[in-house]
Amino acid sequence: MSLRTPLGKVLGSGSAKDGTGHWWAQRVTAVALIGLGAWFLLSLSPSTALDHDAVLRWIGQPWNSVLLLLLGLTLSYHSSLGLQVVIEDYVHGPLTKVVSLILNKFFHAAVAMAAVFAVLNIGFGAG
Amino acid sequence: MAEFRLPPNSRMTKGRHFPAPDGATDIRRFVVYRYDPDSGENPRMDTYDVDMANCGPMVLDVLIKIKNEIDPTLTFRRSCREGICGSCAMNIDGGNTLACTVTAERGKGKTKIYPLPHMPVVKDLVPDLTNFYAQYASIKPWLQTRTPPPDRERLQSKEDQERIDDPAACILCACCSAGCPSYWWNSDRFLGPAALLAAYRWLVDSRDEATGERLDDLEDPFRLYRCHTIMNCTQTCPKGLNPAQAIAETKKMLIERRH
Repeated sequence: MSLRTPLGKVLGSGSAKDGTGHWWAQRVTAVALIGLGAWFLLSLSPSTALDHDAVLRWIGQPWNSVLLLLLGLTLSYHSSLGLQVVIEDYVHGPLTKVVSLILNKFFHAAVAMAAVFAVLNIGFGAG
Repeated sequence: MAEFRLPPNSRMTKGRHFPAPDGATDIRRFVVYRYDPDSGENPRMDTYDVDMANCGPMVLDVLIKIKNEIDPTLTFRRSCREGICGSCAMNIDGGNTLACTVTAERGKGKTKIYPLPHMPVVKDLVPDLTNFYAQYASIKPWLQTRTPPPDRERLQSKEDQERIDDPAACILCACCSAGCPSYWWNSDRFLGPAALLAAYRWLVDSRDEATGERLDDLEDPFRLYRCHTIMNCTQTCPKGLNPAQAIAETKKMLIERRH
């Protein structure tokens, strides 16, 4: 039982003076993903997508490489921001929350680097 | 660890049935949540068949009739019975609203009445609003200035007053906050739509000189940014106010002062 006053509980440790950057980054990446997502879905025709060599050639073209890198990084960043909100909403155990937040960052950093490596590998001809 | 059992006193049980008196001509059924923590019993749903030929038109009229004539143990808050005090906020047929401004002649002959959701229950339809009121107090709902007080009233243009007309019309009934899923999961840290609407009322008050400090206090991942624009608040507000828009405007103010 706590004998702390209701106002004391609400005021808690005070404002984190943070959150606006996170909120804004989520919106900006969302806007970017509308454009990048539309480009990806429209430019990769089904016939190309079914042919392995054709896909490699498509990825290797400079503009496609650059936009794919942007798509991979933006998508990972946006996803990490979003999943962080979900964790903060629903995970309330002090230890499970911290572990989830760290794993979220690790996972999305790994996804982003894998995407970058894959595109560069193909783009620079090693694939 | 995940909890696989409901907390104590969560499981509903079958309640009592109070049939309408003989000779009743216009019978409507009201199913009401009953819980008395002192009894140690689980909550139950009691059924009251009320003769509407002999009753006022609103849900609150029905509740008062039940308490006066059928079952004096029914507990609920009420005061003004005209939608300005906010006391009789409760969940009627699945929506948070004021019992005094909602007609009893709704739906198909049966009305279900619960207390505001996800609040601790003091008894029957009375929720514990301690945390809700503390959150309202935390946003400092009063005028703050640094300019020495003038010898006369603080002047405002007509347009300035119009900006606070709507947010100042909030009666703190708690329908919006009790209807917000984000508030359900994080009411210990998220201020909720009602307190944020009140905060906005002072942010846009042309006479207030603490806008910066107010924004500083709100800028927090939980206090403000737990709002995910679900908009249940605006949909359920019995006064027709728009807390969701006030929160969106607050977020815009925080962006604008950065860029």
